[in-house]
Amino acid sequence: METALSLVVGCLFAVSLYLLLSKHIIRMLLGVVLLSNAVNLLIFAAGRVSSIAPPLVPEGAEAPLAAVANPLPQALILTAIVIAFSFFAFLLVLAYRAYQDLGTDDTDEMRVAEPEDDGLPPLGY
Amino acid sequence: MMHGALAPSDYLVIAPVAICLLFGAALLMMRKRIDWQPWLAIPGFLLLFAADVLLLLKVAAEGPQTMMMGNWKPPFGIAFTVDMLGALFVTTAGFVGVASAIYATFSMSRTERRYGFFPFMFLMMGGVSGAFLTGDIFNLYVWFEVLLMGSFGLLILGSEREQLDGATKYCFLNLVATTLFLITTGYLYGVVGTLNMADIAQKAARLENDGAVLTIAVLYLVAFGMKAAAFPLNFWLPASYHTPRFVVSALFAGLLTKVGVYALIRVLLMLFPPQHADLATLISWVAALTMLVGAFGALAQSDMRRLLNYFVIAGIGTIFAGLALTGGEGGASATVSAASAATQAGGTAPMTGMAAAAAPLVPGSDSLVIGLSGAVFYALHSIVIMTALYLAAGTAARISGSSSLRAMGGLWRARPGLAALMLVFLFAVSGLPPFSGFWPKVILVRGAFQAGMPWLGAVILLTGFLMTVASARVFALAFWRNAPEPAVAGGPNAGFAPAGEPSPMLAMLPLLILAVFAVVAGVLPQWLVALTDVAARGIVDPAGYVGSVFGGVS
Repeated sequence: METALSLVVGCLFAVSLYLLLSKHIIRMLLGVVLLSNAVNLLIFAAGRVSSIAPPLVPEGAEAPLAAVANPLPQALILTAIVIAFSFFAFLLVLAYRAYQDLGTDDTDEMRVAEPEDDGLPPLGY
Repeated sequence: MMHGALAPSDYLVIAPVAICLLFGAALLMMRKRIDWQPWLAIPGFLLLFAADVLLLLKVAAEGPQTMMMGNWKPPFGIAFTVDMLGALFVTTAGFVGVASAIYATFSMSRTERRYGFFPFMFLMMGGVSGAFLTGDIFNLYVWFEVLLMGSFGLLILGSEREQLDGATKYCFLNLVATTLFLITTGYLYGVVGTLNMADIAQKAARLENDGAVLTIAVLYLVAFGMKAAAFPLNFWLPASYHTPRFVVSALFAGLLTKVGVYALIRVLLMLFPPQHADLATLISWVAALTMLVGAFGALAQSDMRRLLNYFVIAGIGTIFAGLALTGGEGGASATVSAASAATQAGGTAPMTGMAAAAAPLVPGSDSLVIGLSGAVFYALHSIVIMTALYLAAGTAARISGSSSLRAMGGLWRARPGLAALMLVFLFAVSGLPPFSGFWPKVILVRGAFQAGMPWLGAVILLTGFLMTVASARVFALAFWRNAPEPAVAGGPNAGFAPAGEPSPMLAMLPLLILAVFAVVAGVLPQWLVALTDVAARGIVDPAGYVGSVFGGVS
């Protein structure tokens, strides 16, 4: 099971990296979404897919008595999903506003903050 | 570990985070009372700083402190563990928070306050404080995201074209860096099966130093190096840090890159010492190139704020140089404690280069501790001085109507007090005595020579020289010369809009507060070196950190 998951994670990473290398913001956004989902699957696989028994601790005991499923990766993934989703929402709005104001979604042409013809600083006075 | 009822002073461990989030939420509810906001925010930051100082005193007196959230048994549940390193960083962060809040009170327009400047600032400070205090590596990731979300909000405050451009680059690259951090944490969890840093420190020591662990260490180096803007992952910083309001730039330059540095120290040096030794050569190259990129980049800029962006990068390189000094067994016997550098500061004898090498040997200290102590000292100095420089630049730009060196001038005559303070900060950032940048550089250069890396010491000195040249250019053009003709001021290179900066007299107060640190840490560095020495020893030998989490039960 972990082998199959790791293959899926690898494919997702490859696709998301390819998209992130693009010059266009919209493709990079899709790359970010795929990247966060790849990480979620990675954490799931790193936590080992083993038993399916629920991780319940009987009254009086301090630890589960038999082998149980690992609940921690799911808590981590839930946190990561919420964070990734909120960031994606922010990036989406930011990309749209940048497109509206700068008139391009090509990162090579986004040179407002770092103008190309800035010239040398004054060397004396 | 704490059992049973907690004493009120035990809550200090989470007080910085709790104060930030509570005040942030309260200010969010007061968004229709924007005139009241500063008068709640400034006491909030003073309270935060007071809690930070009390926490620092408690850690200095009693050693590392741990609080388990929900009283779970370690290593389960989330631990907040504060040692000297975290306490020093969080206290310095609180210090610049107070100064920035006062500055912001007089500089942010009503519209920007309505868009939530103060709530975002508290949210970001909460994330920064949480990152410095947490003892759980996944929780560290969460705090990174909290501070990142706060910083996004601050960065685009104003929605100008430059800001949208800079923010796009900043957001994507920082998001990729934190995602890389999360990826690596997933791998780490798969290998050691725990997320508590004290537990990882114990379990990683028992692991074989094989490819898997080295891969994790390298990935952490890349992720935190990107957050810290180390070469060759520094491009997002000069693309964005000059676009927001000056006070926002000041907070970012002071705090955000240093969170990356702190995380690197915490993770690479405390959790993976053998892997850190393997990577030391790589880190030394990264450090040297980062310093040179920062120094040469600063020389090439004609806008004051963009020049300061490169000063931040040069400072990061200097900190990294301290992390590259490993305690080579051969050199360890000849090393002296970093504290001896400070002993000299008390005396009146002139500095005569390496004369201090004759100082008494302190057993147990090696290049690793000296380098780390110098790096921590430099990081604390850099937090304060970079914040101060951006705030001072904001005031100067307000008076001149531009932050371009082509258009500025005549400030020495117009505002001698501001010019004097700017000179203090420029001396400090270049590492000239008698200000705070001098002693950490002495420690780092000497540590580099003792660790058998004289070339790294030479690069630190060369960077200091180049930064002095760049600082001199700032001072000569913006302050010393007479104001240029207005025709130049209105030209196409008028610089980035310095709108809404404070009236100069009120802006002097936070600058004076920050200058006190530059002078005190420059003239009386002993106490600070003693503290950073404790912090460095606590990282090199994390027994105190581990003992605080597991309460000796293990």
